[in-house]
Amino acid sequence: MAEAQNIPVGSTTAGQIAVAAESTVATRMSAPPSFDVADFPVPHGREEEWRFTPLERLRGLHDGTAVATGDGVKIDIDAPEGVVVETVGRDDARLGKAGAPVDRVAAQAYSAFEKAGVVTVPKETVLTEPIRIAVHGEGGVAYGHQVIELGAFAEAVVVIDHTGDAVLAANVDYILGDGAKLTVVSVQDWDDKAVHVGQHNALIGRDATFKSFVVTFGGDLVRLHPRVAYAGTGGEAELFGLYFTDAGQHQEHRLLVDHNVPHCKSNVVYKGALQGEQAHAVWIGDVLIEARAEGTDTYEMNRNLVLTDGARVDSVPNLEIETGEIVGAGHASATGRFDDEQLFYLMARGIPADEARRLVVRGFFAELVQQIEVDDIEQRLLVKIDEELEASV
Amino acid sequence: MATLEIRDLHVTVEVENGTKEILKGVDLTVKQGETHAIMGPNGSGKSTLAYSIAGHPKYTITQGTVTLDGEDVLEMEVDERARAGMFLAMQYPVEVPGVSVSNFLRTSATAIRGEAPKLRTWVKEVKESMAALQMDPAFAERNVNEGFSGGEKKRHEILQMELLKPKIAILDETDSGLDVDALRVVSEGVNRIRETGEVGTLLITHYTRILRYIKPDFVHVFANGRIAESGGAELADKLENEGYEAYVKGGASA
Repeated sequence: MAEAQNIPVGSTTAGQIAVAAESTVATRMSAPPSFDVADFPVPHGREEEWRFTPLERLRGLHDGTAVATGDGVKIDIDAPEGVVVETVGRDDARLGKAGAPVDRVAAQAYSAFEKAGVVTVPKETVLTEPIRIAVHGEGGVAYGHQVIELGAFAEAVVVIDHTGDAVLAANVDYILGDGAKLTVVSVQDWDDKAVHVGQHNALIGRDATFKSFVVTFGGDLVRLHPRVAYAGTGGEAELFGLYFTDAGQHQEHRLLVDHNVPHCKSNVVYKGALQGEQAHAVWIGDVLIEARAEGTDTYEMNRNLVLTDGARVDSVPNLEIETGEIVGAGHASATGRFDDEQLFYLMARGIPADEARRLVVRGFFAELVQQIEVDDIEQRLLVKIDEELEASV
Repeated sequence: MATLEIRDLHVTVEVENGTKEILKGVDLTVKQGETHAIMGPNGSGKSTLAYSIAGHPKYTITQGTVTLDGEDVLEMEVDERARAGMFLAMQYPVEVPGVSVSNFLRTSATAIRGEAPKLRTWVKEVKESMAALQMDPAFAERNVNEGFSGGEKKRHEILQMELLKPKIAILDETDSGLDVDALRVVSEGVNRIRETGEVGTLLITHYTRILRYIKPDFVHVFANGRIAESGGAELADKLENEGYEAYVKGGASA
């Protein structure tokens, strides 16, 4: 696996694997963040933040033609005792506190939803069971907004599970009070035709810990913006991602960690496997260390495993540092292939072909899967990985 | 006693401007317990022989047979050949990202032995073999061949040979790229396995150097896609003094 972090802009490594590097966070935004969709022009595809995305497959989410149909998604929330689950109107003050939309579709979602969900874990409440939010697509178009707020020193695990078929633009706010601990697992296990675009904003309180797993398997097009900012010193963010991109799928993860406060940590690890014609994964990892964010410690990494010909990865890590008074900062992007020679090597040791593939892909994802620590989700992911591999043979 | 029989083996490979015949009628019999050295100049087809027997998809068998105890090896998939008792120590072992050495070894041993080795005895077995090959125990947690030095890759190949206990092992230029210390360690490893009498070894090499450590019962000179001359260990001495020149010319005029 070749380390690609020092490869110049626009250069290409082996075959169809393109790795770009070193563009700046500032140039990537064509418009400042806003809650109003009218503040963003309709993208044409040449804009930096849209250039990897096939706009024609957004089903109108980007140009105002996708109208909510009422049968978009069905949401079921299963929360342990002590958790407050509410459905609120657009004027609720808790909405949008974690961050403003940064692109047209996120703003469209914010401008178009009618009701929002708010899940609150009161201060000092420590949950022993996960909060489960099931988002099931019913075939229509939907816009949504979900807030998950933890009071000071609260601890919770939240699983947001996306299944079925829908055209969905929805944002999620995670608000962590001081000393709170939140683990979020967002699973995109959509049917083949689904389109899902969203922005995840985490605002991390003083000494709070945010751990996020973004797991994308399904959908025709999934484009997510996981973003982190800090509300106080001592905050920690671990952003983990897994994606398995199949033939024809477009899966795009665009991260931003904004070190806007001193003495915070962030660690980003996203791993993807790709197989089949026109499988396209995009990973953008922006880390900004602002001038005032002394004592920052950050690392981000993206690894991709390309299992067959015809798949494409665009991986763009970017680190922008405005102060030298930091503990550490680094990034890496590497894309490797599972090729015929690897298959031959493993088979020459008696391992059948399908098992060889499984071994490699499971091994590749294992370090992340094991950290999820929600048993049924871990098991489901492993089963899913095996299913994906079997489907490819 | 297991016997590998290669008869009139012809092999072609696709090259830029068409199909090229690399092996032009190889005859060789290797029995369990024997050690054969195949020596020859670059491009003579030694490695092609090794990879063809192991079943690499790049090579096409156009004529001839390879059997292991009468079973048609050429009909078997690559993994079936390994499970039948064939082993190829590769000259350039490939990196397998995401798969640790320990997971790889155990998966492989499970496939070859037909059942998962008992954990306690397995751990001991691996530890002892690694210690004998002077491999750091931390090695087991690294990804297969990823970032390994040349010497580490070859030790790892011999480690596999020891754990998988093949009937017939082909060592493809295991000596190339090794310094004297690494060559000695690797050779001692091979000798330990040979001493069991359970393995027939086909040692493919360009240099006579490794034959000072691993004494062959038979030496074959490979030139122009076939065995040009066979003899005992003394043939290696002749090659050491005279080189391959005579065989290369002979091959060209034939």
